Amino acid sequence: MGESGSGKSVSSMAVMGLHTSRSARISGSIRLDGQELVGAKQDDVRRLRGQKMAMIFQDPLSAMHPFYTVGNQIIEAYRIHNQVSKKAARAHAIDMLDRVGIPEPRSRIDAYPHQFSGGMRQRAMIAMALSCDPSLLIADEPTTALDVTVQAQILDLIRDLQQEFDSAVVIITHDLGVVAELADDIVVMYAGRGIEQGSAEAIFNAPEHPYTWGLLGSMPRFDRPPTERLLPIKGTPPSLIRVPSGCAFNPRCEFSDRVRGDACTTERPELLPAGSGTGAHVGHGAACHLPTAERQQVWAQEISPRLA
Amino acid sequence: MTTPTTDRHADGATPAPDGDVLLSVEGLVKHFPIKGGFLRRGRTAVQAVDGVDFSVRRGETFSIVGESGCGKSTTARLVTRLLEPTGGTVRFDGQDITHLSEGRMRPLRRDIQMIFQDPYSSLNPRHTVGKIVGAPFRLQGVEPEGGRKQAVQDLLELVGLSPEHYNRYPHEFSGGQRQRIGIARTLALKPRLIVADEPVSALDVSIQAQVVNLLEDLQEELGLTYVMIAHDLSVVRHVSDRVAVMYLGKIVEVADRDDLYDRPHHPYTVAMLSAVPVPDTGRRQNRERIRLQGDVPSPINPPPACRFHTRCWKAQEVCRTEEPPLVPLGGPSHLVACHFPENVTPATPVSTPTPTA
Amino acid sequence: MPTSVISYIIRRLLAAVGLVVVISMITFAIFYLLPRLAGASPETLATRYVGRAATADTVRVTAERLGFYDPLYVQYWDWLKGVVLGTTIDTGAGTVQCPAPCLGYSFRNQEPVTPQVLDRLPVSFSLAIGAAVLWLIVGLSVGILSALRRGSFFDRAAMTFALAGVSMPIFWTGLVALAIFSYQLGITPPGGSYTPFTENPVQWAYGLLLPWITLALLFSAQYARLTRAGMLETMGEDYIRTARAKGLRERTVVTKHGLRAALTPIVTIFGLDFGLLIGSAVLTETAFGLPGLGQMAVDATGSNDLPQVLGVVLLIAVFVAVANLVVDLLYAVIDPRVRTR
Repeated sequence: MGESGSGKSVSSMAVMGLHTSRSARISGSIRLDGQELVGAKQDDVRRLRGQKMAMIFQDPLSAMHPFYTVGNQIIEAYRIHNQVSKKAARAHAIDMLDRVGIPEPRSRIDAYPHQFSGGMRQRAMIAMALSCDPSLLIADEPTTALDVTVQAQILDLIRDLQQEFDSAVVIITHDLGVVAELADDIVVMYAGRGIEQGSAEAIFNAPEHPYTWGLLGSMPRFDRPPTERLLPIKGTPPSLIRVPSGCAFNPRCEFSDRVRGDACTTERPELLPAGSGTGAHVGHGAACHLPTAERQQVWAQEISPRLA
Repeated sequence: MTTPTTDRHADGATPAPDGDVLLSVEGLVKHFPIKGGFLRRGRTAVQAVDGVDFSVRRGETFSIVGESGCGKSTTARLVTRLLEPTGGTVRFDGQDITHLSEGRMRPLRRDIQMIFQDPYSSLNPRHTVGKIVGAPFRLQGVEPEGGRKQAVQDLLELVGLSPEHYNRYPHEFSGGQRQRIGIARTLALKPRLIVADEPVSALDVSIQAQVVNLLEDLQEELGLTYVMIAHDLSVVRHVSDRVAVMYLGKIVEVADRDDLYDRPHHPYTVAMLSAVPVPDTGRRQNRERIRLQGDVPSPINPPPACRFHTRCWKAQEVCRTEEPPLVPLGGPSHLVACHFPENVTPATPVSTPTPTA
Repeated sequence: MPTSVISYIIRRLLAAVGLVVVISMITFAIFYLLPRLAGASPETLATRYVGRAATADTVRVTAERLGFYDPLYVQYWDWLKGVVLGTTIDTGAGTVQCPAPCLGYSFRNQEPVTPQVLDRLPVSFSLAIGAAVLWLIVGLSVGILSALRRGSFFDRAAMTFALAGVSMPIFWTGLVALAIFSYQLGITPPGGSYTPFTENPVQWAYGLLLPWITLALLFSAQYARLTRAGMLETMGEDYIRTARAKGLRERTVVTKHGLRAALTPIVTIFGLDFGLLIGSAVLTETAFGLPGLGQMAVDATGSNDLPQVLGVVLLIAVFVAVANLVVDLLYAVIDPRVRTR
C-alpha cells in the first residue's frame, strides 16, 4: 500500500524480473519459493514468469493486445509453459474463462479485448494470469480503473480464486478499503521504502508510523459516522530524485519535534519490530525514531480518538 | 446516524423554500448522435442523459454519483452549458439558460464555474500560474481593485499556495498543487455556482483530503454552491448535503445525504453502497454484500421501462413494461424511481402498482 | 462474412471511386480554367492543334470540333462519357475509334492517349515495385534493429545515415550513382536502357538496378526512421509488458506482439507512397532516362496537352485510390477494432 511514487509498482516489477538491465540496477534479494531471483539468469526468471508467478495490471484495456482475440492471448500464455496441443489449450482457456465468471465462454473466447467491458477484460486478464496455476499472483491496482460494483465483483473473484488455486496474492493499491478487504499482511511504502509492516489488524487497529496515521486520517471513513473534517497529511510526497535526508517522511511529519536531537533529518530509521510484544501482532514493524511505547501512546491518546 | 456538527450551513437543516433554489433542471436530455458512414446517418444516438430533474439550493453541496457511462459528467457539462441540451430546461437563479447563445452566456460564465478532474491537462503548460489564474479577468475584461496581480496573489493565498508562485509554471507543481491552481482560477470572478467534475479522484489519498478540506473552507468563506460529480462514495458522503444517484442517463434516487446512506431505497443504490470496500478488517467476515450480476448495459440501446431491471434481483414483469416515476417515499425530500423499493417500513405506503401475476 | 465487414468494404469502395472522380474534376477544371484566366480564347487554344499557318475558319472549326466553345461541365461530361463508354474522335483528317476507357485524343501526338499511357505504365510500375521491395527490406530491418538497440553504435550510425538519406536530393544521388557505377566502373548499364520484363527478366532487373537503389535509398531512410519510432512506441505499451509477464521469449515478444502493432501505421504510409510513386518518380525517370509516366506528365504539362495530362493524372488517381483501398482493407485484417466498430 502506498501513494503514487512510493515504489510499490517498481518493487513488483522487480519481482517479476521485468526491469531491463539497461534501465535499472537491482540489488538486494528476491526469493521465490527459496529460489534467488536477483542475479539469476534472465532465461531462468523468464521460465518462472507466467508459470510460478503471474501478474495482472491496472488497465486491462491497454494491458491486452488489441489485435489478438482474448482466447488467443490466454492460449498463448498457457502454451508457453505447457506442451499441449492447440485444441487442449483452447479447452483450457474456455475452462479458465468460465471459472472467472465470463458468461458463454465458448463464444466469448473468440472476441477481441475491445468487445469486452472493463470488468470482463479484467476477468479475462485474471484468467490469463491464472492459466498456468501460479503460486504467486501480483495484482497491480487491479480495480482502480473499474466502477465500484464491478470492483466488488473483481475483489470477490480474486478472493474466491485465491482459495481455489491456493496461491499467494500480492495486491498493490493506494486504496485502504481494498487493502482491508483482501490483505492478511500489509507493507506501507513511502518514498521507495517500506515504513511499516504487519498484519492487517495491526496496521488498521494499532498502526505505529505517523505516515500510516496520516493515511487513515486522510480518507473519509465509510463505516463510521461522517466527520466534520478530514485530517490530511501536510505537504506533498517527495520527489524520488531528491529524497529528504534521514527519515524521508520528516518534512511532513507532525511528530518529528518529539524525537530528541536531529535524528529525523540525519539518520534513516530502520524497520524495527513494533507492537506490544505480547505476540498479538507478530511481524509488526515500523521505521520511526519515536520509541515504540511513545508511538503506542500517541496512537491511543491522540490519533485514534480523532478518527472515530 | 447524524451528528449535529455536520450541518455546516445555517439553512442546511430545514428544507429550503423554492426561492432558495439556485439551479434547477427539468427534463434534461442529451443525445449524442452516432456518426457512421453516409449510409447510416442519424439512426442511433447515445442517450447519455435522458430526462433528468433536480434542483440545487443556495449554499448546499449537491452531488451526483453513478458509474461510468451513467451520464453524470454529461449532466455537469449541460448545466454549465459547455454542451447544448437536446431537451429540457436549465434555470440558473430563475433565468432560463438552456439555449442561450455563447454571447448571452458570457456574463453568466462569471457566476458558473467548473473544476475538472485532471489537474495535469486542464492547465496550459506554457503559461505562468499568474497568467492562468488571471485569465478569467482578462477574458471578462474585469479590472479588480488593487490590480490583477494583487488579485491573483490573494487568490493563490486563499487556496493555500504562496503568492511567490505567481511566475512559476504548472509543471513545477505537484498534482494537489495544480488542482489548487485550477480552483484559484475558478474562484477569480467570485462565482456563485461551482460544478466540480471528479475534483479529487486523480489525487493521492493524503492530497485528496487537503483538497476536500479546501473546498469546504471556501464554501463556508465565500458562500459557494457546489454541484459535485464523483464516483467515490466515501468522499461524496463526506462533502455532500444532498446526493442524486444516476443510472444509464436517469436519476434513480435523490435524498439528503444521511437518508440516502442510512436508508437507501433504490436497489441500485443499495448495491452500490454495499460494494464500497470498507477500511475495517473486522468487517470482512460478517459483511453482507449484494453482488450485482453483469455490466451496465449500453446507453445506445438501454433496457426499456426501468433501466436497472436487467441487473436487479427484485425485478418483476412490471419493471420490464412500466417505467417507475421518481416520486417521494418516506418523506418529501427523498425521491426514488422504483417499483419495489428497499428499506421500506411496512407502515410506509408504497406508491407503486403491485405486480401482475 | 458479417454484414459489418461487407458494408465496410462497400463504403471504402465508394470512397475510392469518389476520390478518382473528384481528382479528375479538379484537374479538368484547372487545365480548362488556367489558359482562359491567362487570356486564351477557344481560338488560340485551337491554334495549338492546327498550327499558326491555318486560316481563321480552320481554327474556328477545329475549336468547335474540340468542344472548346462548350461550357466547362459539358466538356467534362463529354470527356467522362468517353472514359466510361468510349467515343469516336473527329481529327479533321478522318475519324478515330477510341474505345473505353478513352482518355481523349492527343492532337499534339496525333493519337489517342490511352495506348500511350498504357505503354508507359510498365516502366513506372517496374521502377516502383522494385524500389518498394528494396526499401521495405532495408528500411524495416534497419528501423527495427535501431529501436531494439536504442542508443547503441548501430542505432546512431543508422540514424545519421538515414538523416543524410532523407536530405539528399534524388537527381543528385542518381547522377552520382550513374557516374560512379556506369561510367567509371561499368558494372551497371548506362541510363535509358529499359528492357520489358516479358522480354528478358534478367535484363529488366539489371537495367533497373541503379534506379531502384537510388530511389530506395531515399525511402529506406524515411522508413527506417518511421519504423524505429513506431517500434519504440509500441515496445513501451502495456500489452508488451503483459507479453513479457507471461514468460514469452523476448524474440516472440518483439515479433508477434511488437512488430504487428508497430507496422500497422507503416502499411498506411506505404500504400500512399507506392500509389503516388507510380506517377511521380519524375526525377528518377529523368535522371536515368526511363520513359515512364512521370516524364510523360511533365512533357504534357509543358506543352499544354490537356488530354494527355488528364490521362496521366487519372491513372495516377486510380493507383492512389486502389492503393488506399488495399490499405484500408489490409487495415481491417490487421486491426480488429476497425472492422467491428
